[in-house]
Amino acid sequence: MNSAQLEIQMIASIVAMACAIPGVFLVLRRMALVSDAISHSILLGIVIGFFITQNLQSPLLILLAALTGVLTVILVEVIQKTGLVKEDTAIGLVFPALFSIGVILIAKNANDVHLDIDAVLLGELAFAPFDRLTLGGMDGGPKALWVMGSILLLTLLLLFLFFKELKVTTFDAGLASALGFSPLLMHYGLMSVSSITIVGAFDAVGAILVVALMIAPAAAAYLLTNDLKRMILLSMGFGVLSAVIGYWTAHFLDASIAGSMTSVLGLVFFTVYLFAPDKGLIAVLYRQKQQRTEVYLISFLLHLNNHSEEEERHLNHLQEHINWHQVRAKSVVDLALKNNMVTIENKLVTLTEKGRDFTSLALEYILTNREDKIEHIKKDFFLFRG
Amino acid sequence: MSIAEYIQLVFTDYTLRTITLGTAILGATSGALGSFAVLRKQSLLGDAISHAALPGIVIAFMLTGSKDSHVLLSGALICGLIGTFWIRGIITKTHLKSDTAMGLVLSLFFGFGMLLLTYIQKQPDATQAGLDKYLFGQAATLVQSDVFIMIGVTVVSLIVLFLFWKEFKVMLFDPDYTQTLGFNTRFIDTLITFFIVLTIILGLQTVGVVLMSAMLLAPAAAARQWTNKLSAMLIIAGAIGAFTGVIGTAISAQHDNLSTGPVIVLVASVFVLFSFIFSPGRGVLFKEIRMRRNRNDLKLQKILQVMYDIAKTHRDISHPHTIRMLNNFQGISKRSLQKMEAKHWIKVQGSEWALTDIGFETAENLYNQDIGHE
Repeated sequence: MNSAQLEIQMIASIVAMACAIPGVFLVLRRMALVSDAISHSILLGIVIGFFITQNLQSPLLILLAALTGVLTVILVEVIQKTGLVKEDTAIGLVFPALFSIGVILIAKNANDVHLDIDAVLLGELAFAPFDRLTLGGMDGGPKALWVMGSILLLTLLLLFLFFKELKVTTFDAGLASALGFSPLLMHYGLMSVSSITIVGAFDAVGAILVVALMIAPAAAAYLLTNDLKRMILLSMGFGVLSAVIGYWTAHFLDASIAGSMTSVLGLVFFTVYLFAPDKGLIAVLYRQKQQRTEVYLISFLLHLNNHSEEEERHLNHLQEHINWHQVRAKSVVDLALKNNMVTIENKLVTLTEKGRDFTSLALEYILTNREDKIEHIKKDFFLFRG
Repeated sequence: MSIAEYIQLVFTDYTLRTITLGTAILGATSGALGSFAVLRKQSLLGDAISHAALPGIVIAFMLTGSKDSHVLLSGALICGLIGTFWIRGIITKTHLKSDTAMGLVLSLFFGFGMLLLTYIQKQPDATQAGLDKYLFGQAATLVQSDVFIMIGVTVVSLIVLFLFWKEFKVMLFDPDYTQTLGFNTRFIDTLITFFIVLTIILGLQTVGVVLMSAMLLAPAAAARQWTNKLSAMLIIAGAIGAFTGVIGTAISAQHDNLSTGPVIVLVASVFVLFSFIFSPGRGVLFKEIRMRRNRNDLKLQKILQVMYDIAKTHRDISHPHTIRMLNNFQGISKRSLQKMEAKHWIKVQGSEWALTDIGFETAENLYNQDIGHE
């Protein structure tokens, strides 16, 4: 591993971490697509900044771009406040318009200058180490490292200072205002930080992949935990992981680093989506199947409870009486047997003492319809789940 | 070039005619189908799916080696559908919300597409697949067969819309009710989603990835302001979409260096802005005017109330009182008195006013009336 490779990985990791922090809050506030909107509309800021300064490296460019990002958010809110369209439509109206103005401005004016939309939108991390910061002839390392490093530090600082405010405004804006925090201030603070981060990062990974770096780690972390601190740490971890693995994948495939970082992130998210305990797809499908069988079991037990006649309790008649398929009937009866809810003698199903207790409790639950109660009754009575 | 000359050119020039027709049809279809996306709060589906289609295009190219746009677009279609259904899967099976799901699919698919694209571009026998063309679209590359495909898709989607109109409508406004009625909601949903995705993919070639989202939602958002009826909204959105396409093409054809996509989007944005401000029912302007008028009415009623209280103390209600009596009361002015006289509430004579019978009755019923209306 040579120093350029190390530097690229460092930049990628820092970009990923800097994106992950605001990303968590965007995902929690259901504003994930705002990052997409900002990342597109900053093109206009960059173009205007470029016409003013004629220099792609000028700090004014970053400032203007970040301002355009905030402007996007403000415009979206103005449109939304009129009540004429919903938030998602407002987002979708604002950023293509700003982006189009940017594209047209480039096409009309920038023919003779070097400002390529591809470069702005796609970015290339591999060139980052060539753009170095020199201080009085001394090599200070790649510039992107410094820029993104300061953005990350700023984000971390703000996160530590305003963690409690961010948390309470994110989860309960009403409570936050009652406590005297300004949800509006936090909102615009978060938007400004996101905007600055996106502007800083688009240079390295491109406008569209910034969105992936913001949303995917946070979404994966959200499937794994409900704790905000843990979620932030996890998403930063996912970001760094994808940065390092992504870099080496790109190295071996000789392909875009940003693209392969995103692909690794995609794999990470997909894995979490499938296998996350409790909230992953497999866990959810399994739980749904389990609950379905258990609902059948309860209705079966209620049926037994309601009927003392022999023909209603005869195994062979179960299918026609409760209208079940054979497979389902068998699995339900098996579950009831395993849990000692019923006994079978001469193909006659009878509720046991325990089965009767459970049924009366379940009946009470259904009648009173209180939440959560059924789960703990199930826990008390079931030896085996559906 | 004058407008008449331009119109003549549209009919005679092959390229211009094809592009104008193509963008108009695309605008009409995406406007009409976009109405569904907007009303289902999936406005950004266009954005998500057009990005998510990139790996499909690249994989289609890798598998077939063909650069034929129809092959590439079929790949995009398949990939777009996969993306749509994954979005659905994420929303229904996990606690992640639709914005996160769309953002995920959009960026992850696009990133994967980028990886593949840069990978094949570095292969020795690679012919450049032109990412910028895909990003911004090139209406100029439209040929007649593309237009025929667009017409075909439009006709088919119109037929389907016509056949399943009531299902689509009830599904849109009350999915639970639809299910209880016994409709196969999954099928209806898949059908409408399929046609939305198909339109998005068709638009890629013309206006490109970033701007397809605007094509899908801007005409619908504008049309929404003019009507509360679904059928009317679809027709208006289609008309605005078609119009946008024609005007956008015309403007970009008059200038060098002006690609069609961004111009069309800006034209659509102008339509939206116009509708937001000037629509009679919901527009900002008329809402403001209505509010002012209500406020003025309220002010006059307040004055009337004060006059009523004064007049009540007198046996003869139309007994004149001096205007000076009201001077302490806020909002009293010559104009407001004139307005009240115009409503026949009062009579002004010199420096005195008197309540009329109508005015007395109105004042008496001021509060009852309000309750009665509520």
